[in-house]
Amino acid sequence: MIITRKIEFSASHVCRSPLLSDQQNLELYGPAANPNGHGHNYVVEVSLAGDPDPVTGMVLDLKDLKELLNREIVAPYDHRFLNYEAAPFDKIVPTAENLAREIWRRLEPQLRGPRGRLHSVRLYETADLFVDYSGEQPCSE
Amino acid sequence: MFRVTRRYTFAASHRLHSSQLPDEENRRIYGKCNNPYGHGHNYFLEVTARGPADETTGIAAPLAALDSLVRREVLLPFDHRNLNTDSDAFHEAVPTTENLAVEIARRLKRNWRSAFPGEWPILEKIRIEETTRNIFEIKADEIE
Repeated sequence: MIITRKIEFSASHVCRSPLLSDQQNLELYGPAANPNGHGHNYVVEVSLAGDPDPVTGMVLDLKDLKELLNREIVAPYDHRFLNYEAAPFDKIVPTAENLAREIWRRLEPQLRGPRGRLHSVRLYETADLFVDYSGEQPCSE
Repeated sequence: MFRVTRRYTFAASHRLHSSQLPDEENRRIYGKCNNPYGHGHNYFLEVTARGPADETTGIAAPLAALDSLVRREVLLPFDHRNLNTDSDAFHEAVPTTENLAVEIARRLKRNWRSAFPGEWPILEKIRIEETTRNIFEIKADEIE
């Protein structure tokens, strides 16, 4: 069974790589390369895979999951400028891909319970763009 | 490995009618979708590309390339068009959203490497919402 909890945070970012020229950054990232930054209402769907506990009927207590997501995602990112305030985005570009992977890395070690394990992270940058990340194993299904 | 999904929309009209079936049979099978004058939908298309993120750029699927491919292969030919009359693909085939999904997947797959010349990303799947209630999904490896 897959269970999913959704959270939101609002943050600003700039997508530009110091290794690329201004022109290359503009071609690659488009308007997201604006040096002064811009923002999104990010939506994150965190999915766990597991079997419900026969006694409680739960894969994981969603209150606990909510607290974990608040601590690991909302607290460090909400109403922040990611490039300046949220490591490692001072060193890597805060693209939707890198954000999804960073969220996976923060959550995965803490979601290895006997019944529920982290299955995937879906990060919506806008309603029209989202990224799914499930760790580094090959994702053929 | 990442799956990057981009969502697009286009508006088009169609009529579901098979020239291989009698009129009565068409009416029975397609119901109000067989209305001789046609009708239209706001379609939503999701295109999913799969690949690793480039270490420098943090990008798995360059959106400018994806957008320009989808614009050329899907939005320009289908947006604000009559699928039956304006698209060669549906002169014979009935423009059900199953057939539309196959046609769009073929177009994207055929032209994918001109937009993404490297090994990655690959086209993973497309998903079309004909209405909020009717949704069609096809993986790229289901079609030739």
